Amino acid sequence: MWSGRQGRLRPVGCVVEELRCRRREREAALRKARREQQLVSKRLLRDDVLEEVEGGCVAKILGEAEIQQFLRLAQRGTEEKERERALVSLRRGLQHPETQQTFIWLEGSIRTLVGLLTSSQALLQLEAARCLHELSHSEQSAVAEACLPATSYLLTYLSGHSSDFIELCLYTLGNLIVESEAVRRQLLPQGIVPALAACIQSPHLTVLEALGYALSQLLQAKEAPEMIIPSVLGSILPQHILRLLQPGPKLNLGVAVEFAWCLHYIICSQVNNALLIYHGGLSTLGLLLLDMAAAVQRTEDAGLELLACPVLRCLSNLLTEAAVEVGGGPNQLDDERVVAALFILLQFFLQKQPSLLPEGLWLLNNLTANSSSFCTSLLSMDLIEPLLQLLPVSNVVLTVLCNVAEKGPAYCQHLWPGPLLPCLMGMLASSDTEGVGQSLELLQLLFLYRPEVSFGPGTPVLRPLVSPWPLSFPSYLQSLLWAWQAYVDSRSEIPASCWEGTLLNRGGLTCKAVGIKCWVTGTQVLSPFLSCPQAVEAFLQQSGLQVLEKHQEEAQLQDRVHALQKTALHR
Amino acid sequence: MQLPPALHSRLVGAPGAAEPLPVERDPAAGAPPFHFAARRVRFPRDHEFFEDGDVQRHLYLQDVLTQVTGAPERPRVPEFTCQVAGCCQVFDSLEDYEHHYHTLHRNVCSFCRRAFPSVHLLDIHILEWHDSLFQILSERQDMYQCLVEGCTEKFKTSKDRKDHLVRRHLYPADFRFDKPKKSRGPATPVATVRVSAEALGADGEQSGGDGMEVCSEHAAPLPEPVGERWIYSHRIPSTICFGQGASRGFKSTKKRKEHQ
Repeated sequence: MWSGRQGRLRPVGCVVEELRCRRREREAALRKARREQQLVSKRLLRDDVLEEVEGGCVAKILGEAEIQQFLRLAQRGTEEKERERALVSLRRGLQHPETQQTFIWLEGSIRTLVGLLTSSQALLQLEAARCLHELSHSEQSAVAEACLPATSYLLTYLSGHSSDFIELCLYTLGNLIVESEAVRRQLLPQGIVPALAACIQSPHLTVLEALGYALSQLLQAKEAPEMIIPSVLGSILPQHILRLLQPGPKLNLGVAVEFAWCLHYIICSQVNNALLIYHGGLSTLGLLLLDMAAAVQRTEDAGLELLACPVLRCLSNLLTEAAVEVGGGPNQLDDERVVAALFILLQFFLQKQPSLLPEGLWLLNNLTANSSSFCTSLLSMDLIEPLLQLLPVSNVVLTVLCNVAEKGPAYCQHLWPGPLLPCLMGMLASSDTEGVGQSLELLQLLFLYRPEVSFGPGTPVLRPLVSPWPLSFPSYLQSLLWAWQAYVDSRSEIPASCWEGTLLNRGGLTCKAVGIKCWVTGTQVLSPFLSCPQAVEAFLQQSGLQVLEKHQEEAQLQDRVHALQKTALHR
Repeated sequence: MQLPPALHSRLVGAPGAAEPLPVERDPAAGAPPFHFAARRVRFPRDHEFFEDGDVQRHLYLQDVLTQVTGAPERPRVPEFTCQVAGCCQVFDSLEDYEHHYHTLHRNVCSFCRRAFPSVHLLDIHILEWHDSLFQILSERQDMYQCLVEGCTEKFKTSKDRKDHLVRRHLYPADFRFDKPKKSRGPATPVATVRVSAEALGADGEQSGGDGMEVCSEHAAPLPEPVGERWIYSHRIPSTICFGQGASRGFKSTKKRKEHQ
């Protein structure tokens, strides 16, 4: 079921590099459009086989006279085949923006086309619909909006039975929907929501995929939360959308992708997510996640990232609903296989679609935040080390670790010792302020819950860290100084003279003198950190001064910084 | 990224979770200057966080060049004729035939052989055109239903319904599937009008604008039955004649000859 519809991008005679370049340009344009809230993408349905049969040569631009001639022939020709051919020629010409412009400004052209759309000749009807479809795909608003007189008919035909025709109407409607609010203001009173709802019980996969596309365009509208989503939720659509997302032999990737995006837009609007949970949304999405991970394991994962993205988002956002907080029953997600599945998918993303890793980790956060069960699962399934491997990708890894650590000593016991410490030290030395902050939060939790572990010679030796201390948060500076101070205090067997010359020794004392509360009490925890005194000394010495320099401008620290600097320079 | 081997077997194992470890929080955790609190995070639709995924989605939409008929290629078959009585259309592909059949033969009124795009419109047509009880009831209550699926409004007259369609549902005033029923005359003019309109291609509109239908040129049109002597339902096959419109059989032969 995952192996259908592969290889959609079909370049013809293009160099790979040129393709990549164009793709990057298009990506940049889409990002810009998204930032400006103008993200409009339309789908074009063109039958390649039909093109081949028709002679495959590039269609030429049609002039006014030619268009008129084709229209006349299509409308009044005596020979059926002749009428069809005329429309086909028109349709091919309409692939060109110039022809489209000429067409829409020609008097009576749209009226004639609409007349042909309602023709009793089935094949004329189909060709007329294809012409409209080409017009609907235009980037020019005027061209797309010229199709408006046809919408009542397109909607009427959705209740028909001819799957090809319905599919075409749906894609055309989807393109028109996304065009402008003006178009939607006509389509909504014309009954587009009931018309779409009527299609969702169709057994044809092509119709369903087209329906999902049209619906997703409708749900994406700016005014959707107020004007569209309530009536969608009031129809039979929600339960059928969830039905089409249920894993099993009938699941079709193309269909599922469209409806997963529909669900994402509905959930984001927050109009009535409780209804979706009531219909089993959480369990359906959870099972779908398991199914996707199983597909990865079977390496039947072509195009899987297209489905994974909206599913991750749906699950993560649904988990924040109040209805989920009340424990137990079908409203909860409590199957630890979901965590296993997520990690399998994270590994898959790492290879195929790294841009999805932050979204995957976001879901992991939402799963573990308020759940002792999932935090336990992380530990019992040995997932801490794989998680740490993702640290370079996102700081949410640290947040997840904090979610685990904050649950108390039983959890911290499994976090330390282990690979966690060297990773944290590496993080502390980085220039990522947010990451450093999170690391210190984690350290605080770990120190607080004091795992009873002895530190012998086997503990990891601190790597020499020589990068400058980049902190901009004064509280963290204080914390570190205090940690150092506490360590010094604890090593009472070392004569004071040995500490001579270490800046931070004095810095620590000065901070203490100003009355900042020390937060570190478990100094033995620091000993693996400090098992290599020379390295540590170098670290602290080098960082200390630079750190102080960085914070000279910081109002809260100014006095103390100056005092420390004075001490350092005059020692 | 190395995953523990047991993970894969866990995925296919039974649902459920291990007994959670005991939770024991110290109030000092998260005390200033520290501020961590475990919480679920929600992102709204337009959030920057979603930028990458949204861009990929739209690239996918733009890049897709799908076949109209999906994965299997449109097969060409040897020419065949439509098997419905009275129809002699020829096809060389199943998809074309499917569309023809659904357009012209699927939702057909067996009284007057007009074809409709949907069951819904066919049902309304039968009710309003061929049900004498409807005529009687409509004098006392609002019987003309709105054509838009999902709208439950009803109206006293066909005109009121059309006004509603135009004003409320923004339908075109000349919506092809809502022509008022013409006053009944002899059968022949109906057929003739249709044929001649077809030939002329009257003012840009497809012929068959006469009444609420998708015109079937190939089907023999039946004469309008006289309402008061209505005794049978619309499910009776058209080959059975109860003596009304005796010229029907003759007329249909003539029509077929014209079109050959």
